[in-house]
Amino acid sequence: MNWILALIPCLALLAVPAVALGLRARPALAPALALLPATLFGLILLLPLGATFRLDWMPAFGIGFGFRLDGLSQLMALLITGIGAGIFLFSGSYMTSYPKQHRFMAVLTLFMAAMLGAVLADDLIVLFIFWELTSLASFMLIGFEAHKPAARRAAQQGLLVTVSGGLAMLAGILLLGSAAGTFTISEILANRAVLATHAFTPWIIVLVAMGCFAKSAQWPLHMWLPNAMAAPTPVSAYLHSATMVKLGVYLLARLNPAFQEWALWQGLLTGAGTLTMLTGAVLALRERDLKRKLAWSTVVALGTLVTLIGLEEPLAATAAVVFLLVHALYKASLFLVAGILDKKAGTRDALMLRGLGRHMPLTAIAALLAALSMAGAPGFIGYMAKDLLFTVQLGVPGLLPLVALLVNAAMVVVAGVVAVRPFFGKPMEMERQAKDPGFTMLAAPLTLAILGLVFGLAPALISVNLVEPAAAAILGEPTGVALGDKQATEIVYYLSLVVLGLGVIAFLAWTRLQPRLAAQTWLDDYGPDAAYGRILRGVSVISGAVTRRVQTGSLRFYIGASVVLMFGGTLVLLVAGGGLGLPSADPLPLPHQAVLVGLVIAGAVAACRLQMLFAQVMAAAVVGFGVGILFLTLGAADLAFTQFTVETIAIVLLVAILARLPFRELDARRREEHRRDGAIAIGAGVVGFLTLLAVLSVPFDTQMPDWMGAAAWPEAKGRNVVNVILVDFRALDTLGEIAVLLIAALAATVLLRRARGK
Amino acid sequence: MEFLLALLFGVLLSAAIYLLMARSLARSILGLLLLGNAANIAIIASGRVLGWAPPLVAPGANALVADASNPLPQALVLTAIVISFGLTAYVMVLSWAVWRGKGTLDTEALRVAEPRGLPAADAREAAEAETLAADLLPTRTGAR
Amino acid sequence: MKTSFIMNASARYVLWACVLLSLFVLLRGHNEPGGGFIGGLIGALGFVFHALARGAGATRAVLRLQPLTWAGIGLLFGILAGLPALLLFGEPFLTQQWLGATPIGTTVLFDLGVYLVVLGFALAFVLPFMEA
Repeated sequence: MNWILALIPCLALLAVPAVALGLRARPALAPALALLPATLFGLILLLPLGATFRLDWMPAFGIGFGFRLDGLSQLMALLITGIGAGIFLFSGSYMTSYPKQHRFMAVLTLFMAAMLGAVLADDLIVLFIFWELTSLASFMLIGFEAHKPAARRAAQQGLLVTVSGGLAMLAGILLLGSAAGTFTISEILANRAVLATHAFTPWIIVLVAMGCFAKSAQWPLHMWLPNAMAAPTPVSAYLHSATMVKLGVYLLARLNPAFQEWALWQGLLTGAGTLTMLTGAVLALRERDLKRKLAWSTVVALGTLVTLIGLEEPLAATAAVVFLLVHALYKASLFLVAGILDKKAGTRDALMLRGLGRHMPLTAIAALLAALSMAGAPGFIGYMAKDLLFTVQLGVPGLLPLVALLVNAAMVVVAGVVAVRPFFGKPMEMERQAKDPGFTMLAAPLTLAILGLVFGLAPALISVNLVEPAAAAILGEPTGVALGDKQATEIVYYLSLVVLGLGVIAFLAWTRLQPRLAAQTWLDDYGPDAAYGRILRGVSVISGAVTRRVQTGSLRFYIGASVVLMFGGTLVLLVAGGGLGLPSADPLPLPHQAVLVGLVIAGAVAACRLQMLFAQVMAAAVVGFGVGILFLTLGAADLAFTQFTVETIAIVLLVAILARLPFRELDARRREEHRRDGAIAIGAGVVGFLTLLAVLSVPFDTQMPDWMGAAAWPEAKGRNVVNVILVDFRALDTLGEIAVLLIAALAATVLLRRARGK
Repeated sequence: MEFLLALLFGVLLSAAIYLLMARSLARSILGLLLLGNAANIAIIASGRVLGWAPPLVAPGANALVADASNPLPQALVLTAIVISFGLTAYVMVLSWAVWRGKGTLDTEALRVAEPRGLPAADAREAAEAETLAADLLPTRTGAR
Repeated sequence: MKTSFIMNASARYVLWACVLLSLFVLLRGHNEPGGGFIGGLIGALGFVFHALARGAGATRAVLRLQPLTWAGIGLLFGILAGLPALLLFGEPFLTQQWLGATPIGTTVLFDLGVYLVVLGFALAFVLPFMEA
């Protein structure tokens, strides 16, 4: 059975190319694609909790394709596939008006596969890979309408923020792996005592939290999420409310048992979460675009979840799980409703949408049910979530209770503006009367909204099987909380009534409140989004300046800079490392050898000093042939002959080419350039000389030449040891060399043909 | 002798770099030729010459004589000579193609890939593209 | 291209002398100074001389195949020389093999490969610049 676990992400991954090709051929099949997540949903239900699967990948590092299904990953996987089925069905009709629908559905499938891989992974490295894959899919989906500059910017921003966070997280994961001695999550959690005292733990907490905060849009990294609303609506509903943005929350919850006793962990999570809640609530009230309004409320929800994980109170785990589920249900539903309104009424402006209920009754019902769950009306599962939330949040000392009250009132306003206001009041004017969409687009928002009511009326459906295992995974032990039990004390109950009242009053006053908030432009000008823009501009200014200095386009500069760096660095190392030395027992050269060296040196100097190019070529030839004769006197006959023939062919080729070039052209360097180049060249020569002397001062181990000299005849049947080395001892090397020669000849032939063609 | 080889290496290296940095590609080719020779001298010297007799096993003998030169650097340099010729020859052909295409061998004038003043001397251009995208966001248009 | 009468008349003989010399250098290379690299270069020199005297067209006619093709054949020989060890004797690629106690073995094929690659490589560079 357990192999099915690994099959789930694999199946989804394998489906990606099939989706792309199949839908390109038959776009009408798109809604039927919902069967894929539905099937996976069924497979997950089949699997028992605690199922594991492992395939070694890099055993030396203890990294493997480990997958594990526990309460938390089950909840996430069911949300991904369940809501996924609805989204796929919805997109099948919604996206038909977009070009390249097949590509959209393929990337959506890729995203689902990556999400499933990330939540089922039991290995931190595998989790990280899938995690980044979701960022990549998100990038492609936000930027799906690539012709729009806003979409491109939002896609880039989302990618930059989440991937930089991911980079920090990777560092955290590597530290965590080395501290715990394993990358397997279940083992890390089982041996969490090690982490309680480990010196790395504070670093791990900060780095991992950075990655999770970026992914889950915590302040001040939240700006990418509202901007991501540039994506088509199904993407906003699926990635940017129900699933992907919960991945950061998921990992925080997953690792919570290991870190929950650390004050740093609690402080970071509650601090960032509270700030995020507050920011999101204010900006949600200010916004009039339906989707962005919902996005700000998602930011609030993510802040709430992070805060809950950071709280020590055991009830907080259950509260987090229930709220996560509730939020996924109502928010996905509301996003889809916003998409329907956008498509049918032609606008997403909350101030303009009015009186649509009469003509869109089913859409209105879906919206109202979802909004009631969001506002925490009795009978809905949202009520239980709110009950748990208040009980936990109000029990904490400090500012959190006050923030929680205000934020929850603000959420009531959002629910009202998004789901109540557009359907009542005086009908808006429009060119064509809006009406309910077909089944495929209504099925998902209606089902999700109704589920909120069903679970609210019969909490036993999910209490034992879904909520408790997930909450126990966050806490690290059973919670002992049964869903549906009344948690709240009386004071909490009255406070929640106050919040509801406050929210309703604010909702009624919203049309007057919104313009005032919108007038506060400093929120845009000094917010994190503006800061992001400034950072990006700064980076391009700095890199432009650096590039202009370093990449000058001058070959002379490149060579000079490389030489100075290379030989200057060598000199520093040589002097600092005390490597300078002279060869000991250096045999004196024979007179003719000394004369030869003098001749070659004279040739080299002449090659530099002469003005005429042809004379310089001849001087270089003197150097080449002189070195050849020198080889001969050193007992290297093969080398000498090779050098002679190569020099001859090189000079013939050079003269043949130069005959077609401006032969009389002089060295165009100015006098001071000559001086500077000369100084660099002489300096490099001196360093080269000293380096070679230092090398020669080290004693030499003759084992290798001794062995080669002794083995050449008996083993390789050759008396010319040089040749034996070339064709036998190092034959593979030689094969590589002749391959290089062939490639050089090929390249030259192609180059010649192209130059001729002109 | 090794001291003398090191000195020769230093001189050839200097000459090669001086020629490589010349503005004319034809002189850079000469620099490459000298650089190849310098490198070969360095390999021969640092691999130690050991003796001055050719590394040939005499008929009847089973191993090299004691004062034979070291065969290993010789084998390496033998291929290095041919390979550096390949490199130099390729650069020669390349220079010829450059001359055919551009009509000049002055390296300061060859700037097709990296024209002067790129990336844009004024980084504001790049920034403006970013601002433009930011201003199209619904929040800005909605708030103002 | 204008060349002297002497060059023109001697070109054929110099070419064949060079080719014979190069083959001799190639074959004796295992025991005396010589081998594929030097042999190939000497052979190339012969063809270069021929091209200088008679033009690249005439030299290409003598060569029959393109220089690059010769070089390709050479590389193929080099690879083939390594295969017997791999396929027949279960030893690593390019472990050279001999026919019993004779000096004839895969090294000869290998060195011939080197010879052809070097010859073809040098001519591929030089011949295009010998055309009129």
